[in-house]
Amino acid sequence: MVDDWKNGGFAIYVHWPFCQAKCPYCDFNSHVSREIDQERWKAAYLAEIDRYAAQTPDRVLTSVFFGGGTPSLMDPDVVHAILDRIRYHWPAANDLEVTLEANPSSVEASRFRGYAAAGVTRVSMGIQALNNADLQRLGRLHSVEEAIAAFAIAREQFDRVSFDLIYARQDQNLDAWQQELEQALSMAVDHLSLYQLTIESGTAFGDRYDRGKLRGLPTDDLAADMYHATQEICQSAGYDTYEVSNHARPGCESQHNRVYWRYGDFVGIGPGAHGRLSIGGGRFATVAHSAPGRWLTAATDGSTELHREPISREHQADEFLMMGLRLSEGIDTERYAALADRALPTEKLQHLSDIGMVELIPGNLRVTPEGRAVLNSITRELLSG
Amino acid sequence: MVRMTELSHIRNFSIVAHIDHGKSTLADRLIQSTGTVQDRDMKAQMLDAMDIERERGITIKANTVRIDYKADDGETYVLNLIDTPGHVDFSYEVSRSMQAVEGSLLVVDSTQGVEAQTLANVYQAIDADHELIPVLNKIDLPAADCDRVAEQIEDVIGIDASGAIHVSAKTGIGIHETLEAIVKHLPPPEGKRDAPLVAMLVDSRYDSYLGVIVLVRIMDGVLRKGDRIRMMQNGSVHTVDRIGVFRPKMEAVDELGPGEIGYITAQIKQVRDTRVGDTITHEKKGAEKPLPGFKPSQPVVFCGLFPMDSAEFEDLREAIEKLALNDASFSYEVESSAALGFGFRCGFLGLLHLEVIRDRIEREYGIELITTAPSVIYHVYMKDGSCVELHNPADMPDMTHVDHVEEPRIKATILVPDEFLGDVLKLCQDRRGIQEDLTYAGSRAMVVYDLPLNEVVFDFYDRLKSVTRGYASFDYYITGYRTDNLVRMSILVNDEPVDALATMVHRDRAEMRGRAMVEKLKELIPRHMFKIPIQAAIGGKVIARETLAALRKDVTAKCYGGDVSRKRKLLDKQKAGKKKMRQFGKVEIPQSAFINALKMDG
Repeated sequence: MVDDWKNGGFAIYVHWPFCQAKCPYCDFNSHVSREIDQERWKAAYLAEIDRYAAQTPDRVLTSVFFGGGTPSLMDPDVVHAILDRIRYHWPAANDLEVTLEANPSSVEASRFRGYAAAGVTRVSMGIQALNNADLQRLGRLHSVEEAIAAFAIAREQFDRVSFDLIYARQDQNLDAWQQELEQALSMAVDHLSLYQLTIESGTAFGDRYDRGKLRGLPTDDLAADMYHATQEICQSAGYDTYEVSNHARPGCESQHNRVYWRYGDFVGIGPGAHGRLSIGGGRFATVAHSAPGRWLTAATDGSTELHREPISREHQADEFLMMGLRLSEGIDTERYAALADRALPTEKLQHLSDIGMVELIPGNLRVTPEGRAVLNSITRELLSG
Repeated sequence: MVRMTELSHIRNFSIVAHIDHGKSTLADRLIQSTGTVQDRDMKAQMLDAMDIERERGITIKANTVRIDYKADDGETYVLNLIDTPGHVDFSYEVSRSMQAVEGSLLVVDSTQGVEAQTLANVYQAIDADHELIPVLNKIDLPAADCDRVAEQIEDVIGIDASGAIHVSAKTGIGIHETLEAIVKHLPPPEGKRDAPLVAMLVDSRYDSYLGVIVLVRIMDGVLRKGDRIRMMQNGSVHTVDRIGVFRPKMEAVDELGPGEIGYITAQIKQVRDTRVGDTITHEKKGAEKPLPGFKPSQPVVFCGLFPMDSAEFEDLREAIEKLALNDASFSYEVESSAALGFGFRCGFLGLLHLEVIRDRIEREYGIELITTAPSVIYHVYMKDGSCVELHNPADMPDMTHVDHVEEPRIKATILVPDEFLGDVLKLCQDRRGIQEDLTYAGSRAMVVYDLPLNEVVFDFYDRLKSVTRGYASFDYYITGYRTDNLVRMSILVNDEPVDALATMVHRDRAEMRGRAMVEKLKELIPRHMFKIPIQAAIGGKVIARETLAALRKDVTAKCYGGDVSRKRKLLDKQKAGKKKMRQFGKVEIPQSAFINALKMDG
């Protein structure tokens, strides 16, 4: 296989594992800690960057993303040092995107200038809801007013600002969501991530759900209505649904996330971070130790990787399919065939096309807006094995 | 070596009891108290050899045990107990065992009273001219009410229960009295030692080392090792290579004489060659006439067994062939279904028999099965005068060529506490039953219904248990065939008929059954990406229709770099789960739907 990853680009993900509080719906690797030795963390990140740079020479960098956790709790100086080191090792694309996830509180807004100076070009703010009762239910520490203020500051500091909302929340009806979305669109700049609330096991919501204590969640039919309404409203406001839950003005899509969805290579740095690396003709899945203390020690000692496993060609094809069909641009069927050593099943494709779930264009397979709401079912049909 | 015993010192008996009334415990206690088995070798339910028998508390194969008992009169007697299957499915086998002994212990739980199964088996014993000894068991329990139960035995069965023995098989109370009653009240067997050999084949089982082990009761003559014997039904000739008795371990003897019960082996390869109720005699100078009452065993309930994983078809064949080695009463032939692929159409003596075989295939051979709805044998009379035996509704000929259809009927006896009688009558009425009798014994009612067997083979017993909270008991026997207005109802999913869901129904009930089935299927089939019509039809006419709406939402909201491995594995797992479904056209039907679609809530 000749460098399949090049079709998707090359990105670096940096994970900051700390939060001020743990949100009840969040299943990300996040921890609440009183004292964080930022200098020690900085040294660990830099050591990791050096190690991965040695393994992935001669690559042009598409994007860097600071995720978490709450990376807007990082000292701007740490962010600066990390970005300097990255630029030292890899040549960057002209339009290099550097995104940082931020909580919309005043404390963090005060650091935005520092992040911009360090080289961050884009922030993604976890606003989540535009009413205070629901923010509380979601365990968020900020208020709507604070969020709007923080968002205004971000718009001054960064060219590109995105924010997240969670919908299909408890006791939310279709009307309320439509109004909230209209308000969000009036604030928005170029990009929105709109997620249906997903109850993940191992979270506070998951536990409550299992005990039958999480009431007022929408039925599947209402959730489906909300999903379709979301697409229509965003579309008519000029935001394309370029991915299942992501909407952007043309040209303002998240470069970073598109590396994932286009199945490019990415280095994962930080506790619990995952990577996909094409090295020496093979492609590997990497996972770092997820406990912050353990990762920190490991970074100082040599390697933070808990696993590094080769991915079979068949599984690469499956991953490419699963990620790629999330994008409205779909997948290159030739690229799939090269990875899988066989074409997608014609008969199944024809059936999916007959029932309006996919669009068959020579060399390209894409899911229709109707199909996107049941994407998992479509993907299961097409997975190998 | 055990010596031959005088007829006057032999007593042969069986135990008649409802399930859970303590038959096996009593048998265990009789064996133990006479020192037949050392205490350290004793285990519960000595006589039930199969795990499934122990676990379910049922007896499938007849077992015998020889007990030496020194009675109060100072003499030593040989007591032969035949432990018979108790279930209606095996009533023919029970009747043969009954013919092989002269008396029975009638064991009734003194906290429960007479149940339907007790009745069915007691009538078998009476038919065999048995002397009956009533035994009231579980008298150690606080709820025991011996007077009431004794009265009930007199009312319902019509035998004197004034001298009933009070027993607790659990604690050992009354065991001695029971043994004495066997000696005093049961007649010794009769038989002539110098007459030609007449031995009844009581049952047989397959042993992987010894081949088929045959249980025999000698009526006349003497059977010895090395004898050349002839099976009178099929004429096959064998040489006896082992002869002995069960105590309950196998113990060799020189010979078995009149009145004795024991086993032989004779290099017989499969149980199919030994038919229960057959007469064994000597090849030369044999008996002229076989014993009366032989019937070849006939399966009455049929269903399809398909491997969940179609790649396991050959494994299933092997499992079925092995089980058939030990069970002559179950039939099988390859069936090919458009919906389920290759499997076997199997015939059973009844529902319990079906369940036992299915459980053994799943458990002992590790093959997951799809079982289709049980069906009975219909007699389909064609307009050209011929008659077709229909084992599978999918094979029903085109109605334009059919003159009429007959179905098997049963006589069912149900005993139920008064308060549930209304529900039981409604259930029987709903199942096209005709009431034949309704009597009371104390606060319990006994109803007798004439019912179509096909209304009973499926979930009748489950429904009966549920409407009576388990307090009803039920037994039946087949009475014959009768014409009725029967049609085949097909089920169409996404406009294609699913052969494995076709059923025979009464025309007047077809709409109701059809509606119930399509509604059930609408729940059982998961939503697909497109809407699916589900229809019930008779011939070309649709009689019920539902539409399964299309799936509207199945998408992961967030999927980024850190989610790839986990989400792919999840989809893979779900995809593997889909293998438990059967692809039918574009529609996937869960295997459980093939049975659950037929279950009726009312």
